[in-house]
Amino acid sequence: MKFGGIRGRATTWAVAASALLSGSAWANPHPWQLNLTKGVTQTSHEVWDLNMASFLVCVVIGVIVFGAMIIAMFRFRKSKGAVAEKWSHSTKLELVWTIIPVLILMGLAWPATKILVRTTDTADAQMTVKVTGYQWKWRYDYVDYDGKTVKKVGFMSRLDKKSDATRQLDSGLDPKAVVDANGTNDYLLNVDHPLVVPAGVKIRFLITGGDVIHSWWVPDLGWKMDAIPGIVNAAWTKISKPGIYRGQCAELCGQDHGFMPIVVKAVPKAQFEKWLAAQESAAQLDKASRTAQADSTPGDDSQG
Amino acid sequence: MAHAASQDHHDDHHEAPSGFFRRWFMSTNHKDIGTLYLIFALLMFFIGGSMAMLIRAELFEPGLQLVQPYFFNELTTMHALVMIFGAIMPAFVGLGNWMIPLMVGAPDMALPRMNNMSFWLLPFAFTILLSSFFLPGGAPAGGWTMYPPLSIQGGDSIAFLIFFVHVSGISSIMGAINIIATILNMRAPGMDLLKMPIFVWTWLITAFLLIAVMPVLAGAVTMLLTDKYFGTSFFNAAGGGDPVLFQHVFWFFGHPEVYIMILPAFGIISEIIPTFSRKPLFGYKAMVYATASIAFLSFIVWAHHMFAVGLPLGAELFFMYATMLIAVPTGVKVFNWVTTMWKGSLTFETPMLFAVAFVILFTIGGFSGIMLALVPADFQYQDTYFVVAHFHYVLVTGAAFSIMAAVYYWLPKWSGNMYSERWGKIHFWLSVVSVNVLFFPQHFLGLAGMPRRIPDYNVAFADFNMISSIGGFVFGATQLIFVGVIIHCVFFAKKKATDRVWEGSKGLEWTVPSPAPHHTFAVPPVIDDSQLAHGDVTH
Ligand SMILES: [Cu+2]
Repeated sequence: MKFGGIRGRATTWAVAASALLSGSAWANPHPWQLNLTKGVTQTSHEVWDLNMASFLVCVVIGVIVFGAMIIAMFRFRKSKGAVAEKWSHSTKLELVWTIIPVLILMGLAWPATKILVRTTDTADAQMTVKVTGYQWKWRYDYVDYDGKTVKKVGFMSRLDKKSDATRQLDSGLDPKAVVDANGTNDYLLNVDHPLVVPAGVKIRFLITGGDVIHSWWVPDLGWKMDAIPGIVNAAWTKISKPGIYRGQCAELCGQDHGFMPIVVKAVPKAQFEKWLAAQESAAQLDKASRTAQADSTPGDDSQG
Repeated sequence: MAHAASQDHHDDHHEAPSGFFRRWFMSTNHKDIGTLYLIFALLMFFIGGSMAMLIRAELFEPGLQLVQPYFFNELTTMHALVMIFGAIMPAFVGLGNWMIPLMVGAPDMALPRMNNMSFWLLPFAFTILLSSFFLPGGAPAGGWTMYPPLSIQGGDSIAFLIFFVHVSGISSIMGAINIIATILNMRAPGMDLLKMPIFVWTWLITAFLLIAVMPVLAGAVTMLLTDKYFGTSFFNAAGGGDPVLFQHVFWFFGHPEVYIMILPAFGIISEIIPTFSRKPLFGYKAMVYATASIAFLSFIVWAHHMFAVGLPLGAELFFMYATMLIAVPTGVKVFNWVTTMWKGSLTFETPMLFAVAFVILFTIGGFSGIMLALVPADFQYQDTYFVVAHFHYVLVTGAAFSIMAAVYYWLPKWSGNMYSERWGKIHFWLSVVSVNVLFFPQHFLGLAGMPRRIPDYNVAFADFNMISSIGGFVFGATQLIFVGVIIHCVFFAKKKATDRVWEGSKGLEWTVPSPAPHHTFAVPPVIDDSQLAHGDVTH
């Protein structure tokens, strides 16, 4: 279907199956995906582990509780001659199933606390990007990089044209036909100008909202953060390998809430520095109307 | 009615009023008002359900086929409001109205006229809410949570929504006052607090929650109203306000509200499982204390709905730990239900089937709740279909299943007829299978990265969405069977119910005739401990 033909489908299945087993990272969500992405940051890996640990704890408790229930349902049926006993409490038992869950929960709270303490620390970032949510697009402004202020690099990032045409009511266009150069479907997950960042660098994000509340979420980075008007939230990431990582706005923000995706393009450091320098000089050359890369909004100053 | 006469010395007064208008519109009778509440809830269940059907139809495959995105937002917003305030809450109030006086041996609710008013506010409240669909600009579309600035961005529908919240809030508060007054003042002599059925206990605690938080919601939405129309800036950052403040106030109402919708369900399940296990409820006192602890904890966990708003580390940790703590008393309840079944003598009539499904499926909703409580993991789950799956397990296979269980359990007492066990079981099995087809795949969608409240999605999410939609259509259609079973039972069933109805039933409600006469316990019953639902708990 999306790769055309049965072979394409079989390949998808094989890749999907191997990814499910190995937990390898996907830049895109894929059909029949059952679990969180492992992602490409230390945070997303730790969150994935926490997700699995808590899931397994639930499965074990579920097997015990539901198992006991199912046994009871078969063994103590009236139709099999079961006669009800009269007892109705046991302080010992009740203490046991108050204390054991407390211990299990402490076992989960400990790693969660550790991850949280580490991930809230935005100090020592080598780069700052300001992210602003608008109805219904994102704006990215590069604030500083490697200790130096970035001059006038900022742009709007909107849903790509192909997705936008296809997503209109009764457009007659097939969402399956919206694919990237590799044939991967990127319907509603592609933008005109992705956020370009260096891999292997601790990046601090300053996240805010321009009109209503949005939420900036790229699953491969392992977190989301609300973009709230009047408040600047801080978050950070350090992407371990170059690639294209996609996400979406995760807080209801009006009619086109479903149509303001996020694309992060992580490139090697040297390549990023070249790109940033090109953007800066383009901004210098074309102060009046900004660069061809960037959309201008009246009265909207880029970070100086 | 022969039995009724023995219960009532004033034979002339115990018949229902003859005129239709007098009986149903001017009623002060707890049973008739209970019936009105239940019929109203059923009607709202279908109105909210038809919105859900439209939502699932639009999500059946990628691309927009049926509705514009803005109308989709109207649907999700109104679906939630109708289901929460129109279906689940009134259904529990209806059950409380019918059963609490019968269970504590009271002749009626303590404040019968207020009872009439608290019901009759609801049709007006919902006329206000539903009429907003016909306003220019349409119904509210900012989500049932009404987060500003989005919620006050649209047309005047928000004013309708706010007025609706006030009217239905007054109704809830009056209902809660009535229930507290009844339980604390009207119990038959000898019906000590710690002898009350668990359903009465859970409603007592729920009523206190309602009184505590409905005014908070009323305050929050009034601030919203003045922000929109009178130039205040409580939540407007440009005027020095704070949009996050609304979320704090809203969820200070919203989290206890979650327990308002589940504690009475715990009560129902705690009545049904002992009956069909023919064994007293295990750990009666622990159940009461667990309910009270859950209610207390529900006031200090609100910010777990807001982990991604950028709370300070200390707050995130506090709300994570407090939220996880709720799993302990909730776990006690689940373990006690299972232990009640252990070494019982079980039969599986329809109420028991729904109760067993409740225990398993509600627990699955609790499991995803524990996962959501872990802040770093919540940064991934928040606002995705994982959350949608979580709260539908808790509210549909939790609250709604418990209401269905309660209807099957008490319908013979209400109507005097036995419902069709065969069709009840068909309703159960179709429901329990389709509801899982509907909601289980939504866990996968959320984990794979599908945000909630979106009308269209990437092709990767197509398969599970289609499965979920098919489950939704079957679940929706199955509920027509429920209506059929009820109508058949009330009007056409040949098989009469006995007074006791179920072999293992205990408690005062089963000592009155079936159908329960218009007036019961005009003379307080004599309490016989061995006939109480929870046996002797003094040792
Ligand atoms: Cu948005």
